[in-house]
Amino acid sequence: MRLLDADSRHTIRFQLNGKAVEGVAAPRMLATDFLREALGATGTHAGCEHGVCGACTIRLDGKAVRACLLYAVQLEGRNVQTVEGLAGHDEELSAMQTAFRKHHALQCGFCTPGILMSLSQLLEEEPGADEARIRDCLSGHICRCTGYHGIVAAALEVFEAHRRSGGESGRERTDV
Amino acid sequence: MSETWVGKSLERVEDESLLRGLGRYADDLAVPAGTLHAAFIRSPVAHGIIRSIKTDNLPDDAVVVTGEDMLQLSRPFISGVKVDAPQYALAVDRVRYIGEPVALVLAANRYLAEDAADLIDVEYEQIPAVVDPEAAASGNAPKLHDGTDSNVLHEREFSYGDPGTAFATAAHVIETKIAYPRNSCTPIEGLNVLAHYLPGDDAYDVTANFQGPYTLHTVMARSLNVPGNRLRLKTPPDSGGSYGVKQAVFTYVVALGIASKIAGRPVKWVEDRLEHLSAATSSTNRVTTLKSAFGNHGKLLALDYDQLEDCGAYLKAPEPATLYRMHGNMTGAYAVEHLKIRNRVVVTNKTPTGLMRGFGGPQIYFPLERLMDLAAAQLGLDPIEIRRRNLVPSSAMPYRTASGALYDSGDYTGSLDRAAKEGGLQALVEKRKEARAAGRLYGIGCAAVVEPSISNMGYITTLLTPQQRERAGPKNGALATATVSFDPSGAITVNASSVPQGQGHRTVLAQVVADQLGVAPKSVVVTSDHDTTKDPWSISSGNYSSRFAGAVAGAAHLAAGRIRDRLARIAAADLNVTPDEVEFANGKVFAKSNPDNALPIVRPAAKAHWSPLSTPEDAGDGLRETEFWNMPELTEPDSEDRINSSGAHGFIFDFCGVEIDPETYEVRIDKYVTMHDAGTLLNPMLANGQIRGGFAHGLGAALLEKLDYGPDGSFITGTFADYLPPTACEIPHLTILHDCSPSPFTPLGAKGLGEGNCMSTPVCIANAVADALGKDIATLPLTRSNIATLMLEDEPAGRSQPQTPASPKATGDGHAMTGQGSTLVPATPEDLWAIMLDESKLAAVIPGCHSVKRTRDNAFSAEVTMGIGPVKGRFKVHMALSDLIEPKSLTLTGGATGPLGSSQGSGYVTLTPEADGTRVDYTYEARISGKVASVGGRMMDGAARTLINQFFARLSRQAGGQPPAQSPWTRLLEWLGLKS
Repeated sequence: MRLLDADSRHTIRFQLNGKAVEGVAAPRMLATDFLREALGATGTHAGCEHGVCGACTIRLDGKAVRACLLYAVQLEGRNVQTVEGLAGHDEELSAMQTAFRKHHALQCGFCTPGILMSLSQLLEEEPGADEARIRDCLSGHICRCTGYHGIVAAALEVFEAHRRSGGESGRERTDV
Repeated sequence: MSETWVGKSLERVEDESLLRGLGRYADDLAVPAGTLHAAFIRSPVAHGIIRSIKTDNLPDDAVVVTGEDMLQLSRPFISGVKVDAPQYALAVDRVRYIGEPVALVLAANRYLAEDAADLIDVEYEQIPAVVDPEAAASGNAPKLHDGTDSNVLHEREFSYGDPGTAFATAAHVIETKIAYPRNSCTPIEGLNVLAHYLPGDDAYDVTANFQGPYTLHTVMARSLNVPGNRLRLKTPPDSGGSYGVKQAVFTYVVALGIASKIAGRPVKWVEDRLEHLSAATSSTNRVTTLKSAFGNHGKLLALDYDQLEDCGAYLKAPEPATLYRMHGNMTGAYAVEHLKIRNRVVVTNKTPTGLMRGFGGPQIYFPLERLMDLAAAQLGLDPIEIRRRNLVPSSAMPYRTASGALYDSGDYTGSLDRAAKEGGLQALVEKRKEARAAGRLYGIGCAAVVEPSISNMGYITTLLTPQQRERAGPKNGALATATVSFDPSGAITVNASSVPQGQGHRTVLAQVVADQLGVAPKSVVVTSDHDTTKDPWSISSGNYSSRFAGAVAGAAHLAAGRIRDRLARIAAADLNVTPDEVEFANGKVFAKSNPDNALPIVRPAAKAHWSPLSTPEDAGDGLRETEFWNMPELTEPDSEDRINSSGAHGFIFDFCGVEIDPETYEVRIDKYVTMHDAGTLLNPMLANGQIRGGFAHGLGAALLEKLDYGPDGSFITGTFADYLPPTACEIPHLTILHDCSPSPFTPLGAKGLGEGNCMSTPVCIANAVADALGKDIATLPLTRSNIATLMLEDEPAGRSQPQTPASPKATGDGHAMTGQGSTLVPATPEDLWAIMLDESKLAAVIPGCHSVKRTRDNAFSAEVTMGIGPVKGRFKVHMALSDLIEPKSLTLTGGATGPLGSSQGSGYVTLTPEADGTRVDYTYEARISGKVASVGGRMMDGAARTLINQFFARLSRQAGGQPPAQSPWTRLLEWLGLKS
């Protein structure tokens, strides 16, 4: 890793949702603040800033991580996916997003982006996940509105459809 | 016939944006150029005098705002109780709870603002704090406010019917005492304010994720010293949840408004999680003694509540509303003629309380529904049967309660019976029998609750005497506001003063208006942001007391109906029919007798704009209708203190089966059934979403959540690892059943339903746990450690005996620590002694030490940087050495203070010569408060051990020897390159 000067700002370049982006940040700037303020990717939400609530979850080279526990400079050279990348501006919603709407899996929607990111990784890596495993994955997120019922129902439906279709429907959206 | 939309589970229009990450929450909105960001300096002590606020270390142009500025430029917040206990947006002279804002500092961004905050030096003189409400109410407690006689700021007694005779002649008097704890619904988005003072207009332009009630707009404007039209309050289109909590943003609107005025710049603040948990708001904690008089056959004759309400350090508006919201329905779902209430409000050194989902409900239903179980046990009745015998009969609807509520509709007994049958109660009873036969701890609990909605603006005035009310003038009603308009293109826009926080108001209002106008909901645009300068609103506007479905959606229905009538008049001329023959369906207006005689609805709508001279005179001009809907039933309290505190009353009956693991003490919910009668459901999917959300909050309150304080007022649940909202693994499957008794009092027959499970679920689960354990439950949450305490204690004397709250110590002393240890240092006792008494050498020995000064003989002060868990900060340390027996032993006492908190402690050190050097034995005890205690409680012991090890390693080096013998753990860390 680069040696950084605490008093200087550093240029950071990485792939955000498939596009090359660039910005300048002090070494202590959090990835959440950088994504939101420098790049305008406000879909990533800061809920607790100590790594528990999961609202800020993004995918870093495919792995779901807490953006609030990362510095912006740690994104350098990486492949970053945020909620904005699950369905492009002119694309239809992903299967999971559509199922979330159908099952009323969100109310205020503040925790939703992080949950979608965690579930997108789970769907890719463990398409056979059952309800217990899905709940286990969701336990890294706090939703105060829904009681999780719609979230679990939506996920179960998408995982089941994914299995039935031989694993194609989920992957196409997350290949960024 | 046109398709109708109300009553259908339409998917939400809100979701498309939210799912794409394109929501427009407060922190996503653009800020004006030059906006400065605020960081707060907050009290690290629960009770103290502010001796000084030093800003010498800051650059000259830094803007720091303190309580002194508030004193000069603002007025204290008005409160429902007239007492001399003023609260300003920043503490003036004295702090009364951990996290109380003391000052704020502005900078170009939040990072720099927090840097600046760390450089501000506030000196506090700590004074004794009081945390427990009963202790605070007693005569010898430290008093929080000099201008009051005691910490009890309000007391009133009420009597309805003839409770005296009822108790004197009752066959059974059964009593319980409950300590309901503090909790919070903790929205994932924190509070957020952007304030801009406009000197040219002497006005404040504010955007905040406020949720109402708009009574608080008046409170803010008065505090800012401007008329209401000079506080323009805007709310963002999306809000990251509230559940009542975001009402608490109002004090920050004033703080930031004044800061903007001083700085001459717009200022913004985003609350962080520690600020939220420690200082945003809380439910009230309440100590209730509830006495009941039962006749033979389990007939409940009278209730006598003695309620001691703990509102925290200040009575912050709209408190003490929590205590009075339920005043009309204190008898719950039961027909009880005789009622006595004694209400007291006490202040303690804790965060001021405020709106919270369920508002006042859990605090009354926990004692009432526990009592019903205790009575059932004592009278030898089944818990469901005793409830059944006392429910308000459907023949009595609308039913006037003893204290004045008018229950609008419902068949409580029918709903209970249906829930028991369709929810499978009998199977659960069988299951319990089998489980118990197998030696397992299985219990069944139930709760019957009346859920009030649409608060009467006058309920809080019940706290005044009738004479005081006479002087003040009546307060009543619950105005709801909605506006429907057609623009010149014939498109429909709806706006309501409902300030949604995630419930889906845009979707439901589109359904309601679409039905009136015969159009598709997707063609109706509903705006969710609100602007007090431009949008219609009134004092009771806002998103609270579950008023949306009954009141606001009803107002939209009526506004749309009025515009429909006007359109019918315009269309009638073009269709050559009379207005009453005009029908609306499928986006068209047409003649009832001949549907082919039709026009697209946009034609008459556009005509109203483009050709106003060609429309009938009685159709009026402009196509915008605002409805201010009121409920005539919501009168002010009468001369005998009877108050219809809410406009609609739903019914809930819950039951559940739980099993307790005898080894892990975990409470597992096996089955949970909730029956709701909330009248007409406008969108059943969204209604169920509200029920599930309320259930999750109720379950959290029952099993996990408590805003916890140490006995000295230290706040010890400052992270989501300490304050535990339930996750997907803790929420069981929920069976929801609905009955439908439409309210005769609301336009659509709907009642509120989102708060009910916050009232019913905590006590339903507690009743089941009590049944499983055969023990009384007098407080929450039923955490594993509290269950363990209950299971391990001796059998209580009797189930109906009041019992002290379970295990306050389980977490209450989490901030106190003690320890001892021993280490071998390769130096002589004399060498070590010399170092420990030499300030020039101590600086090199104390980890993170910047400087040490001798203040007097054997007393030192030091500047030290310490890190504990996730936080790190600079502390001023003072210590004194005493009981010196050179070179054998000494006592060290002292403490540290800094922006992160403070500590007080002492240690005893002995030096014993050994062959290889000196064995140092030590014991210590310390108490920690402030931010460190709030967020670092779990890590404190480990951090202390690390610091002590570092101290001795450095001591050894200073004495010229090698570091002391290392633990295998330290060696492993070194080997991994993680420690040098």
